Amino acid sequence: MTHSAKVSILTAEPRPIAACRADFPGLAQEINGEPLVYLDSAASSQAPNVVIDAVADYQRHDHANVHRGVHTLSHRATDLYEGARDAVQEFIGAGSRTEIVFTRGTTEAINLVAQSYCRPKLDAGDKILITHLEHHSNIVPWQMLCKQTGAELVVAPIEQTGQVDTRQLIELMDDRVRIVAVAHVSNALGSILPLEEIIQAAHHRDIPVLVDGAQAVPHLSIDVRTLDADFYAFSGHKMFAPTGIGILYAKEALLETMPPYQGGGDMILEVRFDGTTYNELPYKFEAGTPNISGAIGLGAAIHYLNSVGLDEIAAHENRLLAYLTRSLEGIDDIRLIGTADNKASVQSFLLGDIHPHDIGTILDHQGVAIRTGHHCAMPVMDFYGIPGTARASLALYNNEDDIDRLIAALAKTKEIFA
Amino acid sequence: MKDKDTSKADELRELYRELILDHARSPRHFGKLTDATHSAEGINPLCGDKLKLYFRILENGQIDAACFEGSGCAISVASASLLTDTVIGMNTSDALDFFAVVVSRLRGDVDANNGKRAAIDLGKIRALEGVKEFPSRVKCASLAWHALNSAIHQDSQAVSTE
Repeated sequence: MTHSAKVSILTAEPRPIAACRADFPGLAQEINGEPLVYLDSAASSQAPNVVIDAVADYQRHDHANVHRGVHTLSHRATDLYEGARDAVQEFIGAGSRTEIVFTRGTTEAINLVAQSYCRPKLDAGDKILITHLEHHSNIVPWQMLCKQTGAELVVAPIEQTGQVDTRQLIELMDDRVRIVAVAHVSNALGSILPLEEIIQAAHHRDIPVLVDGAQAVPHLSIDVRTLDADFYAFSGHKMFAPTGIGILYAKEALLETMPPYQGGGDMILEVRFDGTTYNELPYKFEAGTPNISGAIGLGAAIHYLNSVGLDEIAAHENRLLAYLTRSLEGIDDIRLIGTADNKASVQSFLLGDIHPHDIGTILDHQGVAIRTGHHCAMPVMDFYGIPGTARASLALYNNEDDIDRLIAALAKTKEIFA
Repeated sequence: MKDKDTSKADELRELYRELILDHARSPRHFGKLTDATHSAEGINPLCGDKLKLYFRILENGQIDAACFEGSGCAISVASASLLTDTVIGMNTSDALDFFAVVVSRLRGDVDANNGKRAAIDLGKIRALEGVKEFPSRVKCASLAWHALNSAIHQDSQAVSTE
């Protein structure tokens, strides 16, 4: 039964997007006496029933350790875990399944690249190039690496709109730059970076590029080979999968040159006290028993996204984002933060001189969940000279009513602070 | 429906009372105290509140002046403003008793204090008690008080709510 249900997900006609909301049980509840309006998917998205069921089915019926036992359950667990890897490979257009490394999330994937790929290559005076709009997870691992090696962290500026100044970014790519690490979509501002141009310019100078795709994967269709990204990192929990699972995509030729990130079980072929032979790719980078259920949940989330259709999702979210921005602009005293031409799924804003945290509390009291604060991008807040913003972020399950409720709740906020 | 809306609105009004909004808009004793003898910083990483409190404490232990600067949400700024209003003229041991009572009352823990502390009248600090219904905001309201405690004890490290 379970088997045929899984097949039907893959072969079904695309689902109308308005019907998808009912797939997410977490949305069907009241918060503070009001129906929940969830506008915080950029922090973490809700999970659909197919993901929750895939994880529960695995835990109930198929759990054992992977890559080890000769018994049936271990085979089943391994098939499901490796099946999820295949789903990821297809989802992002990777050339080979050996290029897909399971990690705890985007953060671990970036740390892996910093420590395993960059660290052995870096000399004092070498440079790592990032941008001003990065999430802390694409800043701090590089700062740590700079401390370890004497390398320098170079930060490309952004414009008032919240878009990266691409010309300056490219001008900063000199012969001491060893890696360029940039977001695909800014989590605080929503700006979509012109990755093709950035990657081409970097490759022209033989500099590899890491892309922090955490905020992009649930909203844009990704093809790592068309992008020609050297490394692409993302997290499951922002794309309807569980927390604690993420992906590092890396070109096989690069992975081949990299020493393991962590040592332990599963990443070895043979261990002797006089030396250890490491496992082949990608297992060399997956020490210890992995997050099997998380990977299976991620695989199920990818099937779900495919069943809805990534193009349909992007079109729906773009329509909603335009409606959100227009609706916010209709409020006196609103200041939009992040107004780049090319954006996805996120709108940050300020309301008069009301602190974002106060906005967040009053909205929550009316059942509206948004993120408030610095969004793990404190340098962005410093750039605008503000302590933080209120941020509404969208996913495929949101609709116009959610935005109308947000706007009404903001009117209430103004009333209290009037 | 009407009743529900009214009681919900009341909860918000309890949190954002006129006195709180007034102190948030026009904080008292706002600025740096150039001849401070004691100071401490309070940081709430969750929402980015960052306050620095300054005190001039006389040799007999009396708090002669109090100021603060920084930025934060309405609750944390109002709390710091009310704090400065309250502790000027107190001696440090009374201020520490006051700190203990405020922090426990904000958590809704009315029985935590006994003896002398039980008798303390919080006066207008009671305006902050609306946070009890908003657990995520208790830290905002208590931030300045933790900084007061730290300043009196001359802890050099910034206090954090995390």
